[in-house]
Amino acid sequence: MTLINLANPSRVLRLSTLSLPWLTAATFLAFAVAGVQAWLAPDDYQQGATVKIMFIHVPAAWLGVFCWVLMSVAALGTLVWRHPVADVAAKAAAPIGAAFTLMCLVTGALWGRPMWGAYWVWDARLTSVLVLFLMYLAVIALWRTIEDPTRAARAVAVFTLVGALNIPIIKFSVDWWNTLHQGASVLRLGGSSIHQSILVPLLAMVVAFTLLFLTLHLAAMRNEILRRRLRTMLMMQAAAT
Amino acid sequence: MTMTTSLGPYAAFILAAYAAAAVIVACLIAWVLLDRRHLLRQIAQIEAQGVTRRSERAREERP
Repeated sequence: MTLINLANPSRVLRLSTLSLPWLTAATFLAFAVAGVQAWLAPDDYQQGATVKIMFIHVPAAWLGVFCWVLMSVAALGTLVWRHPVADVAAKAAAPIGAAFTLMCLVTGALWGRPMWGAYWVWDARLTSVLVLFLMYLAVIALWRTIEDPTRAARAVAVFTLVGALNIPIIKFSVDWWNTLHQGASVLRLGGSSIHQSILVPLLAMVVAFTLLFLTLHLAAMRNEILRRRLRTMLMMQAAAT
Repeated sequence: MTMTTSLGPYAAFILAAYAAAAVIVACLIAWVLLDRRHLLRQIAQIEAQGVTRRSERAREERP
């Protein structure tokens, strides 16, 4: 199947119907394995058991950023190729990205209070992630403000591509500025600085959360295709009366 | 040893973080499921009024 074949929403609907049960089962299985590994992981020598918050905080942060990257790719699909499924993918991703970014902010605050003595500090990493969350809310609002989905998709695509500038800022904020937030410890030159006993459960949780994201995104895309069908039918009904 | 003592002095923060994550994931799942149910119900209602998409009609008219 070529990429252009996926431009057909009906094909995406069929594909989602076939793959969603498998993706859901894989997500449950991945969470079961990762959950046990996270529970059995040893405490950190400095942070104690609070390191367990990392097992949800880091995957949520990864998905908050990944979702915007996915929306940026979809934005190119909208603006360059006018790919109808690109609009659907972008719209379905926004609330999920917002939810994972919110999860990152909340779990980060609950980790920061015992470790830093503060729920929130205006450092570059925290502020840039808060900006990401606000950008997700703006995208959701933009989709709802413009009634015509094709026009809305173009406006959202431009906003998404401009907003993508925040992604490298989030990633390198800990290098470019002095931040209370720790520097990169998983994806960095010279390899991860986290001990295997904590790194393995963390990566297992990242896999589980990513599968959850894919499942939710595919299900939300299916809903968005149905919403567009309903809109077409309502317009046909209005035209007939 | 209970769960809170095994999590140390900051057990409340750890449990609150996991609870918050669970609530957010539950809300996402509920949003997807309820949205689908709502859409399918609306489509069924409008189809009952005799409105079908062109592609559906073409498929029905095909020999």
